[in-house]
Amino acid sequence: MRIRINPIECQAHGICAEMLPEWIDVDEWGYPILDGEELPAQLVAHAKRAAKACPTLAVILSGR
Amino acid sequence: MSSTTTSKWERRLLSGVQNGRVALAEHEAQWGPLPTTGGADLLAQVQASGLLGRGGAGFPAGRKMLTVAVGGGKTVVVANGAEGEPASAKDRMLLTRAPHLVLDGIQLAARIVGATEAYLVVHAGSRSTDAVYVAMSERRNRVPVQLRELPTAYVASEESAVVHWLNGGDAKPTFTPPRPFERGVHGRPTLVHNVETLAHVATIARHGSDWFRATGDADEPGTLLVTVTCDGVPGQVAEVPTGTPIGDILTRAGIEPGDTDAVLVGGYFGTWLPADLAAQLPLSHHALRAAGGGLGAGVLVALPAGRCGIRETARVAAYLAAHNAGQCGPCLNGLPAIAGALQRLCTGEWDDRWWPALERWMSVVPGRGACRHPDGAVRFIASGLSVFAADLAAHRAGRPCAGVTQPAFLPLPAATSRPSWR
Repeated sequence: MRIRINPIECQAHGICAEMLPEWIDVDEWGYPILDGEELPAQLVAHAKRAAKACPTLAVILSGR
Repeated sequence: MSSTTTSKWERRLLSGVQNGRVALAEHEAQWGPLPTTGGADLLAQVQASGLLGRGGAGFPAGRKMLTVAVGGGKTVVVANGAEGEPASAKDRMLLTRAPHLVLDGIQLAARIVGATEAYLVVHAGSRSTDAVYVAMSERRNRVPVQLRELPTAYVASEESAVVHWLNGGDAKPTFTPPRPFERGVHGRPTLVHNVETLAHVATIARHGSDWFRATGDADEPGTLLVTVTCDGVPGQVAEVPTGTPIGDILTRAGIEPGDTDAVLVGGYFGTWLPADLAAQLPLSHHALRAAGGGLGAGVLVALPAGRCGIRETARVAAYLAAHNAGQCGPCLNGLPAIAGALQRLCTGEWDDRWWPALERWMSVVPGRGACRHPDGAVRFIASGLSVFAADLAAHRAGRPCAGVTQPAFLPLPAATSRPSWR
């Protein structure tokens, strides 16, 4: 599964980084930094929860 | 701007340009009437020509057209002549002097992709607007063309921003996908081509792909409009074969070896290169990429010897930071932070304990925006810090070089001008 951030929608709530710390860090302004676009299979369930929890729906998951 | 130059190089787009605008009668006397070739044959010619887009990215022009054409249905053509790059003058010059080549190219592109409407987008307040209006009044276009004046922000001429603005929004880049070729103006597949690209299409439709390939670099054939800026002479436009050594172009523009230590290639998303390296490099995307630079839209700026490259880089960094679209956090926070640090390096208010922070911002800001603004800005700044490493060391040690007191050099809009997006 691929993960991207829609940077226009993202408002640095930081919830994705809290729910998926294995893959998402934040910069000094609170915006997410991903480890990459191809998500390891064991993180897919966490990523789905993080995407759902994002208040601006800025976490974009695609593929399987 | 001295817009016509006598040249040893074969001129194509500018071959009929003497002084002033080429009127329709002169244009047709030189090039003949608009060819009646069908869209499929035209597309085959453009693809066989190897023409690369002239807006900066250098993507194959025919492949982009094919992508729009294959969708079928009604499509839209956008001719992008907005030229947001302050150091570039070639699109304005082309539109002012040879507008019918561009208008021909729009009609041919519309035929290729099946477009029923077209837009020609220029920079608000550009002096090309009048020339284009007069040219449009001279001809009957099968596909109607609307002339639109885009706001003047730096990233406003990025293709998704142009499309968003034509759809009634701010001229700010949008998150992709969908890209304009998938869903563009009025939701239709939209071909966005630079005006110079379209002018080349108009010549290929007359003379064919073999003629087009007969000059220039084998892999990136044809001629290219470049804008050369040197001490006292901003924005000279010349038409040169691709692959011409940059040193030859600078010499033709009146720049002697020793006049300059560093050349900015590709504009403000481009890179500084040491003058001796730049002089040897052929003007092509592949050669410049291999040297860590980029051709961009053909901008060459020779920094006069004795100027402070760090200070010039800092000035442009401040401009690029002010012209971020205010949409994406890493860019809207990161670029001002970087620009602020560079500013302090020049004013002597620098504390070298800040250096790791600057390095970190330079590494985390690129690649995280909806458009390439942060990537291009950071690449430009990084190249300045590298090429002017000796000056940088002095600035970091609290000894800004003497050049900081010199008048500003790189062309920028007035410091008071704020970007506008509507």
